[in-house]
Amino acid sequence: MTQLLHEAARPTAQSRRKLVLVGNGMAGMRAIEELLTLAPDMYGITVFGAEPHGNYNRILLSPVLAAEKTIADIMLNAREWYAERGITLHAGDAVTRIDRARRRVVTASGFEAAYDRLILATGSVPVVLPLPGKDLPGVLCYRDIADVERMIEAAQSGRRAVVIGGGLLGLEAAYGLQKRGMDVTVVHLMPTLMDRQLDAAAAGLLRASLEQRGLKFHMPAQTSALVGERRVQAVRFADGSELPADLVVMAVGIRPNVALAKASGIACERGVLVNDTLQTFDPRIYAVGECVQHRGACYGLVAPLFEQAKVVANHLAEFGIGRYAGSQTSTKLKVTGIDLFSAGDFTGGPGTEELLFKDEARGVYKKIVVENDRITGAVLYGDTVDGSWYFQLLRDGTPIADFRDNLLFGQAHVGDSGVAGAGSVANLPDKAEICGCNGVCKGDIVRAISAKKLFTLDDVRAHTKASSSCGSCTGLVEQLLASTLGGDYSEAPAKKPLCPCTTYTHEEVRTTLVREKLKSIPAVMAFLEWKTPDGCHKCRPALNFYLLCAWPGEYQDDKHSRFINERAHGNIQRDGTYSVVPRIWGGVTSPQELRAIAEVAEKYRVPTVKFTGGQRLDLLGVRKEDLPKMWADLSAAGFVSGHAYGKALRTVKTCVGKEWCRFGTQDSTGLGIELERTTWGSWHPHKVKLAVSGCPRNCAEATIKDLGVVCVESGYELHVGGNGGIKVRATDFLCKVATEREVIEYCCAFLQLYREEARYFERTAPWIERVGLTHVRARVVDDAAGRRALHERFLESQRYAQVDPWKERAHGKDADEFTPLHAPVTAVTVEGPSP
Amino acid sequence: MSWVDVGPESALPVRGARVLKIGSLEIAVFRTGTGEVFALRDRCPHRGGPLSQGIVHGRRVTCPLHEWVIDLGSGCATGADEGSTPTYGVRIVDGRVEIDLPASAEARVAALGPPAFAACHRA
Repeated sequence: MTQLLHEAARPTAQSRRKLVLVGNGMAGMRAIEELLTLAPDMYGITVFGAEPHGNYNRILLSPVLAAEKTIADIMLNAREWYAERGITLHAGDAVTRIDRARRRVVTASGFEAAYDRLILATGSVPVVLPLPGKDLPGVLCYRDIADVERMIEAAQSGRRAVVIGGGLLGLEAAYGLQKRGMDVTVVHLMPTLMDRQLDAAAAGLLRASLEQRGLKFHMPAQTSALVGERRVQAVRFADGSELPADLVVMAVGIRPNVALAKASGIACERGVLVNDTLQTFDPRIYAVGECVQHRGACYGLVAPLFEQAKVVANHLAEFGIGRYAGSQTSTKLKVTGIDLFSAGDFTGGPGTEELLFKDEARGVYKKIVVENDRITGAVLYGDTVDGSWYFQLLRDGTPIADFRDNLLFGQAHVGDSGVAGAGSVANLPDKAEICGCNGVCKGDIVRAISAKKLFTLDDVRAHTKASSSCGSCTGLVEQLLASTLGGDYSEAPAKKPLCPCTTYTHEEVRTTLVREKLKSIPAVMAFLEWKTPDGCHKCRPALNFYLLCAWPGEYQDDKHSRFINERAHGNIQRDGTYSVVPRIWGGVTSPQELRAIAEVAEKYRVPTVKFTGGQRLDLLGVRKEDLPKMWADLSAAGFVSGHAYGKALRTVKTCVGKEWCRFGTQDSTGLGIELERTTWGSWHPHKVKLAVSGCPRNCAEATIKDLGVVCVESGYELHVGGNGGIKVRATDFLCKVATEREVIEYCCAFLQLYREEARYFERTAPWIERVGLTHVRARVVDDAAGRRALHERFLESQRYAQVDPWKERAHGKDADEFTPLHAPVTAVTVEGPSP
Repeated sequence: MSWVDVGPESALPVRGARVLKIGSLEIAVFRTGTGEVFALRDRCPHRGGPLSQGIVHGRRVTCPLHEWVIDLGSGCATGADEGSTPTYGVRIVDGRVEIDLPASAEARVAALGPPAFAACHRA
């Protein structure tokens, strides 16, 4: 990824264009790393940094101060890293002048370097209050490694520290100094702590918790002078009182460092002014990070800086497609043992509503601000597990009406992919398993994040496999990233591309292929300018389904764009054999059918025969070559494919119903069989399971199915969006209908809506959570004409889909798929060892 | 090593693969979208998944078991995954595919064992 080394011959230094980075901090270096992955050989790169180090994670200075990490722990790129990539690093030699006419930068030591492109990443400078005594020894700011070293030194000789500023930085400094053994008082101008991030209630809890840890507070209080002879001895306030101090740390804020830009004639206001491609007034000069003012906003948090870095790199690499549109930000306080999260505008006001949860005994406080059915701000204290979820909902502008009842209790109570009962991940031991699919422990993830310098969820997925399979641990992994790196680095893409081969979303691709009447995968890829020649394993199956859904009967299915299970019409097993599940309509069978299955199992020496959860028989361990022969026998006995292998209609599970059961209210088996006869063979974005229960006792478990029918005396209840998968989700009640005919119509309409609207790989549960039950109800229940149209489109599609794939292959279709190549006899005379 | 004829080029599906079985040695013979042909041992370096059953894209194949992406030219895992599977020489002679197979049992043993694995150069 970012460490890609290109051993191939580089263009010579002379032939390459010159890129100079002023500011060896996180934003600038992230831009360089992004650029190296896009265009490794395009520029000869020179980096200037005022500090005499490589690049380090400034956000983790607080844990260093608190003696929880060392300087070595927080280094991102050591000097060797620059050397290995042919980057010239001048650390400890600040650029003092930019000669824009001659395109050269000049440093404090008089060194000069020429540039074709320049990136300004000068960061910010701490605000120093214009107080008498501000220059006394013992008065420090809190910004860089040198400040931290001085604070650590002061903590060894002095006893009393005063931190001016009760914001994020001030509290972290105070906590660190206290951990270093000092007696610390925080002085704050406002009546509540972190007033820009927290409301009064959360700030009160925070203050109480910090006081328990031994911090003292003096607030509201205005400082008037720093008093002392040869070094600082006390802080004096506006009311004349004094507080003795051996060390004073000013942490009252930062402002963009624009001195160099201003002196070089580049337009600045609060920060260096940039456009959406992060170019300054001089188009050869870009600016990123805390020094930047973009659309009126300056950012002091890391996630926006990383987004900016991506755009700059994209532009420098001459890809020309990236634009920065501003960021939403969230905050976490890095004080061990205190969980605090805030995002967006949490102050509320006219037109907004507040959802509040407060449990003082547990020290938990949650506030969510809602405007027009969307989250606009959140403050969490004590339990921040759901911070990233709320932040996601905020950024995406997701309507919350459908799960508002449970919103405050968190995603585990709402979502399909929650992390129930996980609590704070920071408290888990290293051996705790985070990703159950891939067996990845907390320690593995934390080590990978530190050792391989991972910053994003995708990085962690690539390197550890955690959260890369079912995704239910995504929230935990995001928390681990935040706690290990000291900030929320999750990017806020305005839209999520279908896969890395394209910049378009699922929805954009689908609407385009319908509007432009694109009827093949190459046509879609050509029209939408796919970045790869023939896609990847993620986009090809999605495109194949979207085309199949849009053009039934017309689209030529591309089997090489289907996952092997759908190509071989069986489930691949861990040893490379396949499983065969014949369809048993509604789960109702006969002695004759069972005999036929038994005979096939014996004839092909099937090692395992098992009942499935969907009331079918699974024949496991079949060699691929045997599949067509076996299907021929099953087909002769009247069976068709059970599609147990596909993103398709799997099963309709039933209970015995009123024919036998003393509680049964309707003919649930008969209805189930009819439903299955109508819907079998249909392809979907993901697997689909149905069930029909004959009474509310619900023996067919209809309320954890994609669509479940629960029969009652007066008719049929339809329930949708359930699953028994990774996280059990009970269905939502859709509506009640009176007749079997209506059940079939509503069911087909629901399935067609799901086929047309859900993203490939999205089951009904997350789809409904995304679009809202209200929407599904409006289309399937309220709009009768629309429902009938959906129903008809489903039946039209079924005209082409209800062809038994097993029978076709038993009669020779795709024979190559099931036949190995032949090598001449001479090559097979000697047996090799078993693998 | 010796060149063995395994059939006409047209027997290989485009963006697909077929399997060549020689005793217990299984070789996946791939054909890409641009018509290039590759031969690899049909075992993913991760957990032995049959690479021949994966989706072929560009010069790569995605293993059907756990989605490792293997480079067809080098046999090496791509992305953050590490590992490799042995590759075999391939040539097309008069429209027929020939694979450079280990001629003797000894050579075949060598081809199955770790010493024959290609070294994967990565950052």
